[in-house]
Amino acid sequence: MISLTAPWLELAIGLPLLSAALITRIRDPRLSRSVSLAACGGSLGCIVAACVEVWFDTSAGDAWSFLGKSPLVIDSLNVPLLPLAALLYLITVLATLGGKLKSISFSSLLVSESLLLATLGWRSPWGLVLLLILGIAPTLLEFWVVRQRLGLFGYHMAAFAAMLVGGLYLVEHSEPQSTASIIGVTMLAGALLVRSGIFPFHLWVPELFEYASLGSSLLFVTPMVGIYAFLRLAFPIAPDELLRGVSVLSVATAVYAAGMALVQSQARRAFCYLFLSHSCLVLAGLSATRALSLTGTLCAWISISLGMAGFGLTLRTIEARTGRLSMRSFAGLFFHTPRLAALFLVTGLASIGFPGTIGFVGAELLVEGSIQNSPTLGILIVMISALNGLAVLKIYFHVFTGPRRPSSIDLRSRPAERIAVLALTTIIVLGGMFPQSYVGSRYAAASHLIEQRSQIRNAASHLTSGFSGREEADSFFITGPQSADATATAQTASSPPVHQNGYYKSRPYPAESSAQSVD
Amino acid sequence: MTVGVLFNLLGGGVLLAPLCLFIVIGFMMLAGMPLAEWAITRITQAAVFCGLLCSVAILVLMLATGRREVLVDFGDLVTIPQEHFHFQLRFMFDRLSVPFVVLTYVLVGTIGAFASRYLHRESGFGRFFLLYAMFLLGMIVATASGTIETLFFGWELVGLSSALLVAFFHERSAPVINGQRIWSIYRVADAAFLIAAVMLHHTLGTGSFSNLAGSGPWPAGTTVLNPRDSLLIGSLLLLAAAGKSGLVPFSGWLPRAMEGPTPSSAVFYGALSVHLGAFLLLRMSPLLDQSMILSGMVVALGLATATLASLAARVQFDVKSNLAFASLTQVGIITAEIGLGLRYIPLIHIIGHACLRTLQLLRAPNVLQDYQSIENAIGTRLPQQEEILLRRLPKHAAIRIYRLAFERGYLDDLIDRYVVRPFLGLFGWFEKLERTTIGSLDDRPPQDRATTPRTEERT
Repeated sequence: MISLTAPWLELAIGLPLLSAALITRIRDPRLSRSVSLAACGGSLGCIVAACVEVWFDTSAGDAWSFLGKSPLVIDSLNVPLLPLAALLYLITVLATLGGKLKSISFSSLLVSESLLLATLGWRSPWGLVLLLILGIAPTLLEFWVVRQRLGLFGYHMAAFAAMLVGGLYLVEHSEPQSTASIIGVTMLAGALLVRSGIFPFHLWVPELFEYASLGSSLLFVTPMVGIYAFLRLAFPIAPDELLRGVSVLSVATAVYAAGMALVQSQARRAFCYLFLSHSCLVLAGLSATRALSLTGTLCAWISISLGMAGFGLTLRTIEARTGRLSMRSFAGLFFHTPRLAALFLVTGLASIGFPGTIGFVGAELLVEGSIQNSPTLGILIVMISALNGLAVLKIYFHVFTGPRRPSSIDLRSRPAERIAVLALTTIIVLGGMFPQSYVGSRYAAASHLIEQRSQIRNAASHLTSGFSGREEADSFFITGPQSADATATAQTASSPPVHQNGYYKSRPYPAESSAQSVD
Repeated sequence: MTVGVLFNLLGGGVLLAPLCLFIVIGFMMLAGMPLAEWAITRITQAAVFCGLLCSVAILVLMLATGRREVLVDFGDLVTIPQEHFHFQLRFMFDRLSVPFVVLTYVLVGTIGAFASRYLHRESGFGRFFLLYAMFLLGMIVATASGTIETLFFGWELVGLSSALLVAFFHERSAPVINGQRIWSIYRVADAAFLIAAVMLHHTLGTGSFSNLAGSGPWPAGTTVLNPRDSLLIGSLLLLAAAGKSGLVPFSGWLPRAMEGPTPSSAVFYGALSVHLGAFLLLRMSPLLDQSMILSGMVVALGLATATLASLAARVQFDVKSNLAFASLTQVGIITAEIGLGLRYIPLIHIIGHACLRTLQLLRAPNVLQDYQSIENAIGTRLPQQEEILLRRLPKHAAIRIYRLAFERGYLDDLIDRYVVRPFLGLFGWFEKLERTTIGSLDDRPPQDRATTPRTEERT
């Protein structure tokens, strides 16, 4: 049992919020950008400090907490996601072109960063649900400003919110394995699939990319927060059949999106479908209840987020100068930005698991694990990756090759933009050269998830009728109403298991440390 | 220093030389400090020389000690002991890989020397040598690999560098389109390879070739797989080899690859890359020995390729395409030899063919001048004889065969008609359907949104 030495997580979330409030009073866009950079950098620093403490398992003083109970947690699942999210925001701000500063709302961006970090670190299910819904607001607002209507994006997000709330309510107020509970978990899964853009509820994704800014769209989809919430809320309690259904839908969507990426007329839309295909591959792997496959899924999640973020940010950098790029012609930008072309290619290849990049081992594990579960699934995943590889190079060729593009403005990338994309590329290459550390941590997370799922399902199957009430929702172990006799079993099931291998341990509530058998 | 340590050092040298070359050139370009032509040339020479020296030293040492197989382990890239999963970085030097490694260094070194002059003051000089270094790294890793995962590692690097080099002259659209086409075929081959690799790993518990072949170094090993598994995995690997080597029905990519610079055409498509499929079949020869059906498929594929390529070579009107199909003819014959159970003969065939074809392709830009020199020397035109086959056939049959050869077996057309166009047509229809659906919620028709830029572009 450890506690962080400082309120790193609270600082990481609070800093962008405070800066957002400050920016509303600033008129100079360059100053706004500087403040945003500082806030994002500070947030990333705090997150990294928290992760370093957890990694090295330092013992510390009392946990700093609001109102006597800290709502935030770092565990094996979110320890790479938190810094990844903070990094995405930092490099997005860093790579924003000077001429576009006036069209970007930095305060909205910082608020969305706070919401995302809080979502990834929140401990309780209802808190997570609330944050997921609130996290839609900044992007929806921007979408509304452009379109003056909700559009498919708005309708889908409304359905997502309704299903999320309804599903969680049903799960918590019904007996385990009852019809209501199954309906509830199905609604939860359905909500999170809508959020992840599963066919046929995927139309909001291209619409978002079409009308919102590319930066906002990237930040909204790249962290794959729907998948995160699926792992927290639905995965521990979902029946195997539901997981298989999710997998089938995900694979179908991935195939569909991979094919759609190859017929788009705009680079931005091609990227959008490419991302959709990748994210559905991650979802497809979640059906596996074996550690190896789930490890591959979690590794692929990181590599796809990094790769697609870099790919998308590079595209954003180029579109900031040239406008939307057509896939019907060759833009000839290589002569102007050769280094950006190389980085574009590396990040794109990382997302498809090219050897030498961070995605290679994850892709191998994902395929190997999938074939163990279902050979058909494994073969389909390989074919989808092949199609995605085609799309990556197609986008590259259409953007960078072709006759030299005449231009009256300087199309070369700025140092800040190059630094941003180079930082991502460095992580991608280093991750490819030294994958053991992150694969080991993902394996620990996968084992934890499977163990958690198994404990909950065993506890649920032992519970008798006549439940009197539910445990306080202080964790993600949703056990439903329980009898007094089953309380001990449920408490054991709801206690976050502790990893004895030196990886991550949950932050306990100070008041409950005597009740939980954590160590 | 023991012999084992010496082998490890030399093996490391063989692998590190191209890796360092790739890293140095790539890093300097990314850092915005591209090296000058002379620097790139010198570094390339040094890397190739070191690698060649180490590989020849390994060969000499193996002959001196009588060892037929040397395994060099660099540990595990990734290991998950609880799941018995290991991604080993193991390399194997045996009678198959050592000749290939030496051949690779010799030919790539020759090409490097040629290219340093051929591409002098070409704007893409640095880019060429970066891709060339990637190709060298991929070939060495693939040919010296001791596990199927490492072979896949090199396989992918070779594929990417090949596609990008075909699209080297990217100011024109034809090389880019051809590069995209080649990449598409490579991705199909890579998918088949990956599935085979994972199935092999899953069946055997390891991807090591030593375990695959059981006891005995190449070519004496006997697989531990049963005939059914051998057929299944072997078929996938055959598909991968067909894509990489341009066997039927993927032969169409080889002449397209001639869009690239002559040095890359020579080394990739005449000499090394095109033989990588045959190398894979030789490496997986224990599987062929286990399954007669698989061996039959290999022979049939090889003969079909050789026949078609031989016909196509006769009707080409540019020298590089002619040489491409001539090369493919030999690759088909080599493949048939492998299917027939021969092991050393195909290997010798590959080495000889690679050297000859490299020479021919490097001389290709001079072929007209060469012909003129010969004709000036003999004082008359070179005689041209009608093909014996065509003389004996009825005219309509000859025209049909000519047409078949000219259209390169209609393979590209068949792939386009039955695979590419239906695929693109189907998803094009989905795209229209989506735009209509989204458009029903908008006040503008769907096609306007596709082409009308945003009034205020938000990034």
